[in-house]
Amino acid sequence: MLLEAVHLRYGHDFRNYAKASVYRRVMEFCTKNGYKHISQLISPVIHKKSFFEALLLELSITVTEMFRDPAFFVSLRKNIIPYLESFPSLKVWHAGCATGQEAYSLAILLEEENFAKKSTIYATDFNDVALDIAKQGIYQINQVKAYIENYNAAGGKYSLSEYYHAKYNSIVLKQSLKQKITFANHNLATDSIFSEVHLILCRNVLIYFDKNLQARVLNLFYDSLINKGFLCLGSQESLLFSNVEDKFEIIDSKYKIYQKRMP
Amino acid sequence: MRQSQNKAVVIGGSAGAFEVLLNLLSKLPKTYHLPIICVMHMHPSDDGELASFLNEQSSLMVKQAEEKEHICPGFVYIAPADYHLLVEHNKTFSLSIDEKVNYSRPSIDVLFESAAFAYMKNLTGIILSGSNHDGANGISKIKQYDGCTIAQSPLSAKYKIMPQAAIDTGDIDFIFSIPEIMDMLLKGINHGLQTENFNC
Repeated sequence: MLLEAVHLRYGHDFRNYAKASVYRRVMEFCTKNGYKHISQLISPVIHKKSFFEALLLELSITVTEMFRDPAFFVSLRKNIIPYLESFPSLKVWHAGCATGQEAYSLAILLEEENFAKKSTIYATDFNDVALDIAKQGIYQINQVKAYIENYNAAGGKYSLSEYYHAKYNSIVLKQSLKQKITFANHNLATDSIFSEVHLILCRNVLIYFDKNLQARVLNLFYDSLINKGFLCLGSQESLLFSNVEDKFEIIDSKYKIYQKRMP
Repeated sequence: MRQSQNKAVVIGGSAGAFEVLLNLLSKLPKTYHLPIICVMHMHPSDDGELASFLNEQSSLMVKQAEEKEHICPGFVYIAPADYHLLVEHNKTFSLSIDEKVNYSRPSIDVLFESAAFAYMKNLTGIILSGSNHDGANGISKIKQYDGCTIAQSPLSAKYKIMPQAAIDTGDIDFIFSIPEIMDMLLKGINHGLQTENFNC
């Protein structure tokens, strides 16, 4: 009922999200704000926009990291980059970028593979607070050790420290990386295609959706890709049993890299 | 069979629990009728080796849990590394990469709490050896919905912190040695068994 109310009042649609994760997050939000039951949230959420925005934040931020699943990036370098080199320009859509770490990882990889001059990354999310963090490109320094390990395991060619400088308790990513990425608001649950792209990364986003919403998003991706364009999902996600399964070739079955077939 | 589709066993373990799980799964018969869902703390780089190793050692089908998969009797599901595993009301799995809980992903609490909500009183939760407090909140949630709760006896556990933390919640029905856990599993976890005498 809370999700219905949110949809009616604000237009944000969580009704096709995987329920167990949403429930867990809403319960956490409840406890944090001193409520015992979800039903008690309905009135303040409807009447106080700031309260709703806090809930929205709780529901939508995914904590991510740089070069999560390093082996995926190794596969990307090996299986896709050589193919993309034949294109005069490269447009990438990073869907569900949250706070941006993975979009920057991709920007670093493309720079190292000499795509810096001819590539554009569109990184989208429906949460403006997350997007603001992403645009700033400033992350907690205590995460850096893990990022460095990931970067090295992901086939990084230099040292991750070339891409940021440390400031107080944070790292600030290089301006040149930020310039490669256009961060924009886009909601996979309600918005439609916005550009034709060569490569889509959407990892560990579909796991939060139910089957109907997954199907919607996969069709949106299919429509957004050029012929022979690539789609990368999270390692626990797949096109199996979806209606676009036949429309893609499997490039890497373990790291879930797919290529759009000619229609 | 039909009746058992609404029942399940969840198991959580960390350091020192692998041997116990192996021991249990290698002895359960092929005809075992309850789904068993496990969270074992493991290195994020595990690629499903744990599940396939256990599968070789067990006459049951042991596999990594997949998102949206239907939970079926006779299967043992292992949470994939670096993902939380959750049970939906329609008895399917969801995965998430939400923040670690008790420094863990997968977290036992996340599985137990969601499973408690989905299976209510038809859930049995078992906490094995381990050296953090993950699972204690999950045990309380199972109890809150009238499920059955078991802790490996700290004496028999290689690392006692985890079962002890579960016991300290006051929500554990049985403190069992490994053979006793085995017996209980084989009996199909008859929920009516709980009596004052057994309570701890």
